[in-house]
Amino acid sequence: MSGTYLGMPAFPKAAAVSTQNAQLRANLTHATHTIRDKRAKAVAELADWAELRQAGKEIKDRTLRRLDHYLLQAEAAVTAAGGTVHWAQAAAEANRIVADLVKAKGEREVVKVKSMATQEIGLNEALAAEGITAYETDLAELIVQLGDDLPSHILVPAIHRNRGEIRDIFREAMSRWGRPAPEGLTDSPAELAEAARLHLREKFLRAKVAVSGANFLVAETGSLVVVESEGNGRMCLTLPETLISVVGIEKVVPTWRDLEVFLQLLPRSSTAERMNPYTSIWTGTTRGDGPSDFHLVLLDNGRTDTLADEVGRQALRCIRCSACLNVCPVYERAGGHAYGSPYPGPIGAILTPQLRGLTSEVDASLPYASTLCGACYEVCPVAIDIPEVLVHLREQVAEHGTGHRAERAAIKAATWLLDHPAAYRTALRAAARTRRLQPRRLPLPGPAKAWSDTRDLPTMPEQSFRDWWKTRGQENTP
Amino acid sequence: MTTDSRERVLARIRTALGDVPATDEPPLRRGYLPAHVTEDRPTLLAVLAENLAEYRAHVNHATPQQLPEVIGRLLREHDTRSLAVPADLPPGWLSAVGGVRMLTDGPALTAERLDGIDSALTGCALAVAETGTIVLDAGPGQGRRILTLVPDHHICVVRADQVVASLPRALPLLDPTRPQTWISGPSATSDIELDRVEGVHGPRRLDVVLVGEAPR
Repeated sequence: MSGTYLGMPAFPKAAAVSTQNAQLRANLTHATHTIRDKRAKAVAELADWAELRQAGKEIKDRTLRRLDHYLLQAEAAVTAAGGTVHWAQAAAEANRIVADLVKAKGEREVVKVKSMATQEIGLNEALAAEGITAYETDLAELIVQLGDDLPSHILVPAIHRNRGEIRDIFREAMSRWGRPAPEGLTDSPAELAEAARLHLREKFLRAKVAVSGANFLVAETGSLVVVESEGNGRMCLTLPETLISVVGIEKVVPTWRDLEVFLQLLPRSSTAERMNPYTSIWTGTTRGDGPSDFHLVLLDNGRTDTLADEVGRQALRCIRCSACLNVCPVYERAGGHAYGSPYPGPIGAILTPQLRGLTSEVDASLPYASTLCGACYEVCPVAIDIPEVLVHLREQVAEHGTGHRAERAAIKAATWLLDHPAAYRTALRAAARTRRLQPRRLPLPGPAKAWSDTRDLPTMPEQSFRDWWKTRGQENTP
Repeated sequence: MTTDSRERVLARIRTALGDVPATDEPPLRRGYLPAHVTEDRPTLLAVLAENLAEYRAHVNHATPQQLPEVIGRLLREHDTRSLAVPADLPPGWLSAVGGVRMLTDGPALTAERLDGIDSALTGCALAVAETGTIVLDAGPGQGRRILTLVPDHHICVVRADQVVASLPRALPLLDPTRPQTWISGPSATSDIELDRVEGVHGPRRLDVVLVGEAPR
């Protein structure tokens, strides 16, 4: 079974290790730069991108403002179409619902469509504890599962692996999970995809239960939407008798028509395609076509806490495209694992601490895993102001006193100086006059040491800007 | 337990939204374009063909009279020995097909049996030019979803009058109660180094036949 995020170190500690991994950085730089250029091109094709983005933001905001109403509408529509709706307050309850449904069918295995929600709740591990094996069928999720690894990217969970590493994992682990890798498997992506096709085909054909998430849930019709590329989603959504979809309550959109906005925004932002190869849409059950038993598990798991925060709730607009990861300088260098959750990168830095709370060391450190450069906001197809939420969460971390006491003290001192201009001026002059005596580094004690140890102090100019400004008219320089 | 959870989640949502005024909102402003291409028939067909080809679908043109011959040729090219078709395939489509075992869609055509079949032939509900997308909704001439999923080769016939420009044009024409599969090129993945490779679990070859009066 794949690993777990429990007990992950705080972001700076994890990043200190991952940034030393040259292979990881090379893999990430290659992959994120490939996709970010393609995304920019795909977006530039649409003259009305700004209007689509505005509509996407507005639809999601309106939905969130009446979330109870739209969820009840969706529940009624799904039920009328032959589905069964379950509600789960937290991860354990959702896992229990799924495990009980699988056991009621007398099954010991399920096939899975890639789903962030089931990663978030640790469904595979919970099912394993009940003696149920969950087979991941998305190629990247398969790589992660076979490598006993953790996902590091929302769209491409195995982005930290290059083709050579993937070949080695397939050769080594496929036989333990089912059909072994073909003899003489090379690292050509086409051959690796073929190996996955052969390995998973027998599992698709015999599976009786599938578990999925959903990209969208249409309130007025009860329709669920899954976008994908490989066809593993279609296999899982079509072949088994029972389908269980675990869907976060923020995935609901009001109307069928709203899909025309999100199905333009998502593929271009995510895989930089005009449209992803396959989109499956189903409403309840259809006699003689696809699963005859459909269950929808609506998942809260911290989403209502996030909704209660007037600044932070915009994170619930997220459609999981991962464009923000691909442009983030911090993500590119630190890698996805450092974020200690299935949601890495800029969106993870605001989503994870809100879903899980700021109590653990890693979650309290996440709002600081950013340079606030704003690239994430620029590419976000639903205009989530990630820097704004990061700063807001930093305030909360500072207020709660979980770590970063030094920052609080520094800001207090700076505030006093800025409120007292005369003192500020004097301090600047004193600093300039003593510049020869100043050390190149300032070895701070305690937790601040990690910061000061890796940074040289800026050299102090001979004159402060204020003094230079005052005297510049008297000199004869251009 | 889950009924209780339902009430609690709903109550938590209502509490969380305590700051939101309970007034009706004005209708949503949809400032985006209804289409990004001019909507005359030749343009729509050309844009669809171009976008399908860019995603490595094989695009073929035919007049209604030529259609059976084109289908026959595609099956020969793929060396198809067995072909799955929907029960209500338009008569005449198969008139130029010989030496191929036919299997008609129905409950007896299980996934296991489909796994040994070379090709599937269907029509579609509509196609979207801008995105290079074909939509199947299990309607006339399409069969169940499984039919176009398990065989490795899918031949899809699109009539010129089924092509619309964009998603805003397509959605009002689609029935949400029907199970839908939107197909934009053959199966593909970007999971290895974020580079697109064709061919994983769905059909690895997609042949589209565009049927109109004046083929190029």
